[in-house]
Amino acid sequence: MAAPLALLLLVAVTVRAALYRSSLAAFIAERVEVASPLSAWKRVVEGLALLDLGVSPYSGAIFHETPLIIYLFHFLIEYAELVFMITDVLTAVALYLAIQDFNKVVFKKQKLLLELDRYAPDVAELIQTPMDMHYIPLKVALFYLMNPYTVMSCVAKSTCSINNTVIAFFILATVKGSAFLSAVFLALATYQSLYPLTLFAPALLYLLQRQFIPVKPRSKSFWLFTVQYAALYLCSLVVIVCLSFFLLNSWDFIPSVYGFILSVPDLTPNIGLFWYFFAEMFEHFSLFFVCVFQINVFFYTLPLAIKLKEHPMFFLFVQLAIISIFKSYPTVGDVALYMAFLPVWSHLYRFLRNVFVLSCVLIVCSVLFPVLWHLWIYAGSANSNFYYAITLTFSIGQILLVSDYFYAFLRREYYLTHGLHLTRQDGTEAMLVLK
Amino acid sequence: MGLLSDPQCRRALAHLVLRLNTLLCVLSYMLGLGWFLALAFPLLPPRTYMSENAMGSTMVEEKFPLGERALAYGRHFAGHKRKAGGMPVVWLEQTLWSLGLEAHRQPFARTLPFPDENRERYMVRGTNVYGILRAPRAASTEALVLSAPCSDGHLNNQAVGLLLALAAYFRGQIYWAKDIIFLVNEHDLLGMEAWLEGYHDVNLTDMHSAGLLGRAGAIQAAVALELSSDVVTSFDVAVEGLNGQLPNLDLLNLFTAFCQKNGLLCTIQGKLQRSDWDSLPAYAHSLQTLLLMVLAQASGQPSGDHGLFLRYRIEALTLRGINSFRQYKYDMATVGKTLEGMFRKLNNLLERLHQSYFFYLLPSLSRFVSIGLYMPALGFLLLVLLLRISLWGWGLRAGGGQGEPRPGLLALVPPVLICHAAGVALYLLPVLSQRVATQHFPVAEAEAVVLTLIAIYVAGMALPHSTHRVLSGAGNARGWQVLKLLALLELSLLLGCLALLNFSLGFVLALTMVPAAAAVQPSGPKVLLAALLVLATPAMTLLLGILLQRELLEMPAGLAEGWQLFLSALAQGLLQHHLYGSFLCPVMALGLYPAWLLLWNVLFWK
Repeated sequence: MAAPLALLLLVAVTVRAALYRSSLAAFIAERVEVASPLSAWKRVVEGLALLDLGVSPYSGAIFHETPLIIYLFHFLIEYAELVFMITDVLTAVALYLAIQDFNKVVFKKQKLLLELDRYAPDVAELIQTPMDMHYIPLKVALFYLMNPYTVMSCVAKSTCSINNTVIAFFILATVKGSAFLSAVFLALATYQSLYPLTLFAPALLYLLQRQFIPVKPRSKSFWLFTVQYAALYLCSLVVIVCLSFFLLNSWDFIPSVYGFILSVPDLTPNIGLFWYFFAEMFEHFSLFFVCVFQINVFFYTLPLAIKLKEHPMFFLFVQLAIISIFKSYPTVGDVALYMAFLPVWSHLYRFLRNVFVLSCVLIVCSVLFPVLWHLWIYAGSANSNFYYAITLTFSIGQILLVSDYFYAFLRREYYLTHGLHLTRQDGTEAMLVLK
Repeated sequence: MGLLSDPQCRRALAHLVLRLNTLLCVLSYMLGLGWFLALAFPLLPPRTYMSENAMGSTMVEEKFPLGERALAYGRHFAGHKRKAGGMPVVWLEQTLWSLGLEAHRQPFARTLPFPDENRERYMVRGTNVYGILRAPRAASTEALVLSAPCSDGHLNNQAVGLLLALAAYFRGQIYWAKDIIFLVNEHDLLGMEAWLEGYHDVNLTDMHSAGLLGRAGAIQAAVALELSSDVVTSFDVAVEGLNGQLPNLDLLNLFTAFCQKNGLLCTIQGKLQRSDWDSLPAYAHSLQTLLLMVLAQASGQPSGDHGLFLRYRIEALTLRGINSFRQYKYDMATVGKTLEGMFRKLNNLLERLHQSYFFYLLPSLSRFVSIGLYMPALGFLLLVLLLRISLWGWGLRAGGGQGEPRPGLLALVPPVLICHAAGVALYLLPVLSQRVATQHFPVAEAEAVVLTLIAIYVAGMALPHSTHRVLSGAGNARGWQVLKLLALLELSLLLGCLALLNFSLGFVLALTMVPAAAAVQPSGPKVLLAALLVLATPAMTLLLGILLQRELLEMPAGLAEGWQLFLSALAQGLLQHHLYGSFLCPVMALGLYPAWLLLWNVLFWK
């Protein structure tokens, strides 16, 4: 399996290198869908210039990256293109290894449940076979590396792809069962973009499952491990934040990064839901609605944790999708990360209802973004409503896609335990309906 | 939500769509076509009205008295032009200077990618001359432009004369709040492109030009004037700009309002509005005007010198003086008064023209069809594609459970890639390989480009045979269905986007390509389908469009003449892309042609 992966990496790097040299790179770097105020490379360069002048990079209103990133590029600015290609490759390899390990676990668990006769007798066709699962890790890497969204994000040098790498390493550490590394990478990811905070729950569930600790509020070992993991996470977060403080010798970055993420002062159009809404709103309501919008990201974590207690990896996927839909400055790079997980759930194919329509919707929206942007900004014949309509459609498409997968997952689980051929009380064939 | 999640409801819908697919497709196509034809009914579209407050309610009194002087200036200009053998730069500068304007010149040079045979030019050198009238009442933050071309021969001398006379008259007035730029551009659009790039300090094309020394503020509106006779019988107004962009409807309304005030006749697409509205000829007349506008917009070529202003968010139109055999003629004073009135009202603008419509079609000057009215026509045409997509989409899913192997995606990658590679070749090769072609074949460069274009285009049609050799055995019955699905998706996506950018182009292409795209399949009457598909190819659409346009202009062209026009249209299309950045050529080569080739592949699937 190493050879196809190496080939894939080679192709991916070639495509990126070619695009860096083409005239498209400048065009892509300017696209608002690819570079948000948080992650735009232009802003990083600005921060670096300020740093070189001996001024705090946060003294202007332009730079909103974390101190670690600016110090990373302080040394690597000459090799920026290389750095972004390497981060993409690392993300893909980390995801590849993580999914490989995860598949083994899934297979073992399935075998165990089969031997324990937990499955209904007629569900043979729902069982995942090693044949089906063999190519999934490769497909995950392929989906991540060759996704146009990732390619554009990399070519635009959006720091979003670095965040993706951190999250991918966090997933790898979690899947491999290393609580310490998982906590460290989760802290790094949180430090980078705040929202991965919500990934704490799926990671904890996964680690608990891996160590065969039952998730019961009564059990002592459950609480012990939770406290342990949380303490590791918080400690590493404190260490990283303090390190940033010592690097710059000021706390400026806290309001400038996290305040910026939470209070959403920059209303540059992007693929998210915030900008239009807050551009239209009266100033004195905005605090309330900022809270309402931000809660969206965190709101679903608890119900999902309860419903998907047994399936932390799927929970992780849904949570990643929710972050990328509801975060304050989303870019297509965030979308690419959760889309990389779609091949993992390819066994849900027969239960998916709208995946064809929804992928068409997403593709159409992706093409319409630049078209309507052109009509709005350059031709002046359309206005912001047109662009926001597409933003909204794109978000709805993503939400429906994720809920389609969620529903399909639940249905499969239900069929696995209750048998594929359900009958109603009157003997006719029954059908599961989501009400 | 019920529709998406309730299986009963979905099944019913799927059943309906699958059973009645062909019927629904035919119905939808007819509806789209009918809707478009209905747009031309003289009473259906609303009347035009002035939305902009600053231009609507205020009254201005026009006093332009310098009609004779305009003609004198015109004659002087003609004499100096003949003497200089081109733009009389020094004389123009002196004249503008003596009128009390800031005079500037801008030399520019441009080598065309290949010789332009229509206008007989290859390496172009020229100079634009312009004068700025500084507004006494404002700080040079906003400007208006009046431009006239310096053309070869006897054309447009009177336009420059009138421009100078207007400059002389405007200089004496005290009410100007915006600077007014009087521009005489050489080599029509090339000069305009050089001047606009210089003014905005950008370089979008390979134009070499000196930077501009004198600037006024942000340009709010521009009027390009073309006038070649001492008296006029009517004015023709051209609105279509580069890529089918249109100026704000208010600018056009302003012009019509002043024409009515001064009793000038004005036409659009060379068609005068009929006074009756309830007869069949009236309907035919208004349909002709509408069709001419659709064809002009679909071509993506600027219909006058104003066409390049629109790209810079400057509302602009071209006024063309016509001298026909009508009895009643208007002198320069009346024409000058009309322009004076327009400029005075534009001078009153408080913000950019944005109140009125940007997307419209005009069946006559006094009625307009807005985007909300014409979009359903295209919507119905695209619905045909969507119905076919849902047919194949659902059909594939329904068949998926029956054990037939799903076609590997890998089998479909070669045809898709090859089709798009053919598109890239079509886009790049003609201009790149002209040197090679002229060395090996006895043709001129311009001919070589067009002939290479046609050769690659036709050679693409042989692709199905070569691709099948690559994937022998891979194609089963479901292979072509998936390929067709892909082709339909790509086509509908392209047409939808095109319709947003340039409605007419999207509509014309949808009209021709949709039936063929919907009908094509490897089984059935192959010859008939192949003929239908060939008729629907974008090149054929262009040829038919040219013939239709000549028919509508009441000077029908025969096949031979049509073919000549077709060849020159191809060369012009390529030039427009390389010179001004029109997107018609890349869209055709990189988008529509590969989509069409995919359909062609479906037809010859084995």
